[in-house]
Amino acid sequence: MNDTAFEAMRRAVVDGDADAAAAAASAAIAAGIPPLVAIDEGFMPGMKEVGAGFAAGDLFLPDMMLAARAMQRALNVLEPELQKAAVERAVAGRVVIGTVAGDIHEIGKNLVGMLLSTSGFEVHDLGVNVSPERFVAAVQEHRADIVGLSALLTTTMTGQRTIIAALQAAGLRPPVKVMVGGAPVTGAWASEIGADGYSEDAMGAVELAKRLVGAGEAAR
Amino acid sequence: MSALPGAPLRPSLRLLGDDLVGRILDEAHELLRDPGVRVQDPEAVALLAGAGAEVAGEVVRIPARLVAAALATAPGSFDLHDRSGAPAVRYGAGVVQFDPGSSGVNVLDPATGDHRPSTADDLVRLVRVAEMLPAYDAQSTAIVCGDVPAGVGDLYRLFLVLLGSAKPIVTGAFSPRGTTAMVDLLALDAGGREALAARPRAVFDVCPSPPLTWTEFGARNLLDLARARVPAEMVSMPLAGGAAPVTLVGSVVQHAAECLAGVVIHQLAGPGAPIVWGGAPSIVDMRTGVTPMGAIETAMLDVAYAQVGRALGLPTHGYLGATDGKVLDAQAGLESGIGALVGALAGIDLISGAGMLDSLRCQSAEKLVLDAEGIAMARRLLGGVATPTATLATAMIRAAGPEARFLEQPETRRLFRGEQLLPSPVIDRASLRAWEDEGRPDTRARARERVEELLAAYRRPALDPGVEAAMTDLVRAVGVPHGLAADLPGVAAARA
Ligand code: B12
Repeated sequence: MNDTAFEAMRRAVVDGDADAAAAAASAAIAAGIPPLVAIDEGFMPGMKEVGAGFAAGDLFLPDMMLAARAMQRALNVLEPELQKAAVERAVAGRVVIGTVAGDIHEIGKNLVGMLLSTSGFEVHDLGVNVSPERFVAAVQEHRADIVGLSALLTTTMTGQRTIIAALQAAGLRPPVKVMVGGAPVTGAWASEIGADGYSEDAMGAVELAKRLVGAGEAAR
Repeated sequence: MSALPGAPLRPSLRLLGDDLVGRILDEAHELLRDPGVRVQDPEAVALLAGAGAEVAGEVVRIPARLVAAALATAPGSFDLHDRSGAPAVRYGAGVVQFDPGSSGVNVLDPATGDHRPSTADDLVRLVRVAEMLPAYDAQSTAIVCGDVPAGVGDLYRLFLVLLGSAKPIVTGAFSPRGTTAMVDLLALDAGGREALAARPRAVFDVCPSPPLTWTEFGARNLLDLARARVPAEMVSMPLAGGAAPVTLVGSVVQHAAECLAGVVIHQLAGPGAPIVWGGAPSIVDMRTGVTPMGAIETAMLDVAYAQVGRALGLPTHGYLGATDGKVLDAQAGLESGIGALVGALAGIDLISGAGMLDSLRCQSAEKLVLDAEGIAMARRLLGGVATPTATLATAMIRAAGPEARFLEQPETRRLFRGEQLLPSPVIDRASLRAWEDEGRPDTRARARERVEELLAAYRRPALDPGVEAAMTDLVRAVGVPHGLAADLPGVAAARA
């Protein structure tokens, strides 16, 4: 019985059908399936399947985007139930990501955010042209483990340094980890500004984020 | 001197029928009305409102009447001049011209083959190579100098180009007010602001943000350039599937709407000031999100929007001849050569992009010399098939006789230079034996050798010492508060 429900959830995500995902989530609640079980056994397997298909080159960015949207719609339906039951979804880590002030390049940042969320991270995307203050506030609000800073311009990459300083001043660093990326950003720049890591592409960003939360856990 | 009828046909490439151009423009106008354009500079918004556009916050709805008025005052042609004041890049004249791609963040290190952050000395080297190659009608501010503080980076690289070149320059600012000091610098070079406006040497790239947004940065640059009457080149970048519709035609509509809005803002600030219908669109690769500049669809986007611009009677610009490859390999040659050829066949006035690897991230002097060959081939093709003799073949065939004595015909000696393009040694046509004896040099090795030859032959174009001193003072005055090193990076190399 639950198997057909789980199958509907998985399918909704794989098809990128947000309405079907929301409907499957509501149906799960009505059927008394615990929300965490619905996520872990219904929706997440769909997300993993899409992620694997993307990694293998069989699926493409629009497939990923639509799957992530469907997943989000399901989570929106299930979230209140989780809160009622006072349980938290196990996530790989909480990430706040954005493009730094003065910079409006967003494609790379969006990609990194999406791959992180399909890899089990809870991602809060602040958009583009984000001030240091907003990064700090978002880290506090979402109790983030990691901040991802994207900068595509030589003129704005210095903003990454400013944000690290602002996080420090707010007493958030450590424990919050900072990873940086974007066209002019290099490993050397990352170490110069005291970031915890740098990646040249989205796949690498996921690896890096996993490493950073792992390191955070070990330190705790 | 064709003796008999039969003029050569100038080859050309078009992708849109006239009716489709009309439909594209109709939809672009429709977008200007709904949803309108976001304009994030208060003065630009005020100008638009004053002229009768409907404004709600930063959203501006532009009526067709305003567009028509702007198109009526925007010039259909203008020239960029070299340091002597002679016209050297002719926009809107039916000539296809080329310049290197701009604003790379890395260079391909000739010694190590690494992509490493670019410096002022790298720009000096690139400028010298581009100066020596007739394939490049203009210079560009080809890279960002990593050893120069970001706040003065736009002014500084223009300064370095002015020190090393007499050619026209394609440049751009990095901040809303960035054009001001750059125009001051150009005015020193030109002999005053009036002289600069009368015979501009540089054109400034100014980018709208997809979709349908003129940021404070872009709009401010348009206003300031229009008032200084220094040419502006709109570089609209619909990224098909990522920041614009996935269809090529849909992205061309978005391009048209962004550029029409740009022309309106610009002409309201400076009626009659020169402005170019340009772009650097691309598709978005659906596996990686990368914006591939070497994709054939990227070239098709340029061909199509340039056709729209020409239909409006505006000068055109494109971004082609770049590659997504990382080294001077077969992919680099393939993508860059096809891009240059397609752009040339489309009759685009100025085509930027040469020298670029890694999707516009990396510049390379070695690639500039390779691309110069592709550009020369494209130009040769545009030259078409000539008819320089009284009979097309009969006289020559009779004179050569059955022994095929063509090589000893005076006609052969007289005409071969016009008929044939002579490539530089970067293009290998040697025998296998000769190539092996040379140590089997590949493209990269041949290109490196040619770069060294060009650098050795380079002579710095004359620059009045008083003007040079004034430019240096200006750059110091603006730069030092930003943390510019007093010894001025790259200047020693530029003067050497
Ligand atoms: C598309 C584009 C634009 C579009 C952006 C549209 C949008 N909505 O995003 C528009 C037209 C708005 C634009 C504007 C400008 N641009 Co631009 N742009 C590009 C271009 C061609 C592609 C960027 C892109 O989307 N790449 C695809 C994505 C997938 O790659 P990515 O962004 O690098 O992201 C990957 C990695 O870097 C990494 N990553 C990215 N972020 C993060 C974050 C973290 C935490 C991690 C771990 C990893 C990571 O993972 C990503 C996925 O693999 C680049 C050239 C290039 N190839 O980078 C120039 C480029 C970045 N732009 C450039 C310039 C100069 C400008 C302008 C100043 C031009 C002008 N004069 O107006 C303006 C500035 C506007 C502003 N204030 O931000 C220069 C930068 C030069 C410099 N050193 O500063 C470049 C290099 C091009 C060039 N040579 O001229 N641009």
